[in-house]
Amino acid sequence: MKRAGFATRWLPILLLLPQLAIIAVFFYWPAAHAVQSSFYLEDPFGFGSSFVGFDNYTHLAGNSEYGRIAKFTLLFTVLVTFFSLALALLLAVKADNVIRGAKAYRTLLMWVYAVAPPVAGFIGLLMFNQSWGPLAELAKSIGWDFKLGVNFGDTATAMVLVSVWKQVPVNFIFFLSGLQSIPKSVREAALIDAKSSFRRFWDVTFPLLAPTGFFLLIINITYALFDTFGVVDVLVKGEPGNNPMTLVYKVYVDGFRGNDIGGSSAQSVILMVLVLALTVFQFRLVERRIHYT
Amino acid sequence: MAQVSLKNIRKVYPNGYEAVVPTSFNIADGEFVVLVGPSGCGKSTLLRMIAGLEDITVGELSIGDRNVNHVDPADRDIAMVFQNYALYPHMTVRKNIGYGLKNRKTAASDIEAKVQDAAKMLNLTEFLDRKPSQLSGGQRQRVAMGRAVVRDPALFLFDEPLSNLDAKLRHQMRIEIKALQRRLGVTSIYVTHDQVEAMTMADRIIVLNTGRIEQIGTPTEIYHRPASTFVASFMGAPPMNLLNAESADGRVHLGGDMSVAASTADGPVIWGIRPEDIEIDPTGDIPFTVDIVEELGAHRLLHGQLNGQDLTIHVSKDVVVSAGPIRISINLDAVVLFNPETGLAL
Ligand SMILES: Nc1ncnc2c1ncn2[C@@H]1O[C@H](COP(=O)(O)OP(=O)(O)OP(=O)(O)O)[C@@H](O)[C@H]1O
Ligand SMILES: [Mg+2]
Repeated sequence: MKRAGFATRWLPILLLLPQLAIIAVFFYWPAAHAVQSSFYLEDPFGFGSSFVGFDNYTHLAGNSEYGRIAKFTLLFTVLVTFFSLALALLLAVKADNVIRGAKAYRTLLMWVYAVAPPVAGFIGLLMFNQSWGPLAELAKSIGWDFKLGVNFGDTATAMVLVSVWKQVPVNFIFFLSGLQSIPKSVREAALIDAKSSFRRFWDVTFPLLAPTGFFLLIINITYALFDTFGVVDVLVKGEPGNNPMTLVYKVYVDGFRGNDIGGSSAQSVILMVLVLALTVFQFRLVERRIHYT
Repeated sequence: MAQVSLKNIRKVYPNGYEAVVPTSFNIADGEFVVLVGPSGCGKSTLLRMIAGLEDITVGELSIGDRNVNHVDPADRDIAMVFQNYALYPHMTVRKNIGYGLKNRKTAASDIEAKVQDAAKMLNLTEFLDRKPSQLSGGQRQRVAMGRAVVRDPALFLFDEPLSNLDAKLRHQMRIEIKALQRRLGVTSIYVTHDQVEAMTMADRIIVLNTGRIEQIGTPTEIYHRPASTFVASFMGAPPMNLLNAESADGRVHLGGDMSVAASTADGPVIWGIRPEDIEIDPTGDIPFTVDIVEELGAHRLLHGQLNGQDLTIHVSKDVVVSAGPIRISINLDAVVLFNPETGLAL
């Protein structure tokens, strides 16, 4: 392979500079700041702060509310990840069977992806509106008195539903292109080898989709943990007290509503470590990702 | 093992393109039939209809005594070898070969025994635990063969199985496949666009052109008695010489004072002669000018003009010729006459 090179050593650095500056200003600096403030106790009225060591962390460890929210976040992440993947896989398999329609199908589903999370949350809010939301009506018709923002379980359900709805298109696109990259003749060979379409799916299609699936798993966990902030924010707005929330939202509530900068910084440091772990895991996976030829 | 019969099989693709016009033929039990024709003539379409991978638009297909028009590919008792081998990339060679058996409720111990047998037959024993990506092209080709033979099907279908191999390996596999088929006695349909493969492997050849059968016959018949100018020029390298002439008083004049009888009305005809049915003959009747001598090792090809039309002559390596005028004679028994309008043999 031919290697392209730069004439001077400074040019590449110069070209990288804007990107590095953006990362430094919007990521490293705040991150460093968060790590620093997680060791301090901020005066609620902004009059200075005092070093408290790991107090903010130990305090979190013993906090039952934090534990409860962590558990909810775990459940929420599992549900959102599972349903977004399962639903997207189902749709992709169906779409793949009717390749002709796939393009229109793909475009239709991609629209959802273009919706910003807070807008998605707002649409959810309308859908579940107690007096006239169509989904609330539907729930009512099967005898479920749906109370968004009042009943913990109902709000959690809506949160999961909207988050799944928002994530399905991304997964769908990946699964569909994964499916379409399976050579046609391999499927045809399977058609001759196995009569049952169920067997063919589990023995041939699914294993060949596994690399895509692993990749999406990480993406979806990250999404459910962090990118659902907008959805959560809109759905629980006004009354975070009695409503379900995720760890990321808790950082915001404690930091900006509760003015507990130290505690919320400690929380975000914990989340940063979590993202770091997930990213390392994902990189390992990508490296090891099986390349079939 | 089984005979195969196609009755007026036709294929129109959803976009309206008629890839196969109504076609009928029978294949006897144990016969090795080669479907040959230029690219896009409908060979694969025909084969895939027999496999059940493509719907049959009209017509009746039976394998054995069974009409299989609406039978799933898995239930047709066929095995297919694809051009790109279509191995399951995530399965080991052992699993690739055994997968079809596993789905047919064969006992695990039986599967292992059969896979071992097939592997031994194809020299694959040492590769059984490898994945397809760890094999060479030729080895993958063998695995694809193994997957077919292990099932002991009624019918083998091959779609250009050797076209991804280099010339040497292709030659070797050609012989192996033919020998294997002889030994197993399984009825086989083999698609290729390589006329050498067709000639060397087939019991009978079916020549296809734009979705239509041009000729069905043994390799000898196809080669020496082509049914049309298409077959004459498609089969054989170099192809048959085709020259325009006039027939008069029941005879076609070839050159010098050589002529052949023609049972056709007076008028234009095309006459054909294989390059090896022409001889250099100092006492011959026909004057010929050699323009180019093509050196091919085992033999030479002489290209030149006869009556202003291109003619190629095949001579053995012992015959030394150089460009310039010579005299030739033609083996009159080998001359084939064609109708210039329809292209069909007279
Ligand atoms: N799905 C399809 N829809 C429409 N036309 C098709 C389709 N598949 C094949 N064809 C057309 O049908 C004709 C025959 O195709 P086929 O694949 O049988 O050719 P082939 O003889 O196998 O050629 P090759 O030697 O290149 O493999 C071609 O002209 C092709 O363009
Ligand atoms: Mg083909």
